[in-house]
Amino acid sequence: MNALALLGARTLGMLRSLGHSAFFFGDMVRAVPASLRRFDLVVTQIHAVGNLSLLIILASGMAVGFVLALQMYYALVTYGATESLGLIVNLSLVRELGPVVAALLFAGRAGTSLTAEIGLMKAGEQIAAMEMMAVDTKSRVLAPRFIGGVVSMPLLAILFSAVGILGAYVVAVLLLGVDAGNFWSIMQSKVDVWRDVGNGVLKSIVFGVICTAVALYQGYETEATPEGVAYATTRTVVISSLSVLCMDFVLTALMFSTG
Amino acid sequence: MTKKGTETLVGLFVLLGMAGLVFLSLKAANLASFGSRDSYTVTAKFDNIGGLKARSPVRSAGVTVGRVTSITLDSKSFQGLVTMELERGVQFPRDSSAKILTSGLLGDQYIGIEPGYEEKHLAPGDNIAQTQSAVVLENLIGQFLFNKAAEGPAAAPPQAAAPAPGARK
Repeated sequence: MNALALLGARTLGMLRSLGHSAFFFGDMVRAVPASLRRFDLVVTQIHAVGNLSLLIILASGMAVGFVLALQMYYALVTYGATESLGLIVNLSLVRELGPVVAALLFAGRAGTSLTAEIGLMKAGEQIAAMEMMAVDTKSRVLAPRFIGGVVSMPLLAILFSAVGILGAYVVAVLLLGVDAGNFWSIMQSKVDVWRDVGNGVLKSIVFGVICTAVALYQGYETEATPEGVAYATTRTVVISSLSVLCMDFVLTALMFSTG
Repeated sequence: MTKKGTETLVGLFVLLGMAGLVFLSLKAANLASFGSRDSYTVTAKFDNIGGLKARSPVRSAGVTVGRVTSITLDSKSFQGLVTMELERGVQFPRDSSAKILTSGLLGDQYIGIEPGYEEKHLAPGDNIAQTQSAVVLENLIGQFLFNKAAEGPAAAPPQAAAPAPGARK
């Protein structure tokens, strides 16, 4: 009987927190137009979330491009199909790795800092102080950060893919001697701007919403203690990474399943 | 950091992202190994271009000497009209022939130019008259089966001879 009650309590608690986060998300999205009127706040957040993540995104993109080109080359050279190297690297970056790896890095680099910042604001009772002064924390604190994340994420994913392809070009053409014309021409003939690049960008926008919303929710709902903030920061990374991976599977199945 | 500085950096970031998107969309289409300055254009008509694509290499003796610039269908002869750019420094005799070849068994297709013996060289805009189309595997197999069948039931095993036992040569 006790076990049954425990199960019920767990289920209810899960549903309650799910509903709570949905309401939180709804409130935040509703506060977006109000915060767009104070655009300087948004600009500051894009700088904090986007510009400062640029270095790690570019470095990782370059490294992924290098490694992908090297590994694919050793597999393809057996079949004399090294010309397809560019195509494979391009498709895997633009469709999957660009949005997903950029989102994982984004969760680690920007999501944690958002959670920690808001969690500490809450622990230091700054949020409570703002609410006492009738300042709407949703449109003053949360919405600008949300917009900043959603705007930055696609740009970072695009740059990740672009730099990755350039990295693959360096390895494939300059180091391994793949023909440069074939490298680009197969890409140009096989990669579709809307189907591949467009869907990749769409994915990264969805991941931007997920990562930023999770980070802000975890920060906003943190326990107002040092352990609470630490726990919330960890959970941000875990939850956003897992949601990104799950969502990626769903989106891939929806976007690329036919043909 | 000052407000102005932050705004500039964000503008730069957004601009960089846009540039990345343009690069991804156009796939560095502006990458021209042979500029129009130091190259000349010749055309060739093929009965079947197979898997040839724009920007495929043009090779002679295995050395890349140019690129295919465009492929269209000639509406009068219903042949594939291939336009290619060759390096200015490489001159071919006018009776050279062009073939569509495949690099490796499953690799990409390219144009191979075999030089002729005439004294005069190909001029810009000239047409290469002698061409050999891409090998289409289905046609090749069809031809093989047909020949096999034509050899008669005695030479071939009975199943292979089944399609056309009394076929004419």
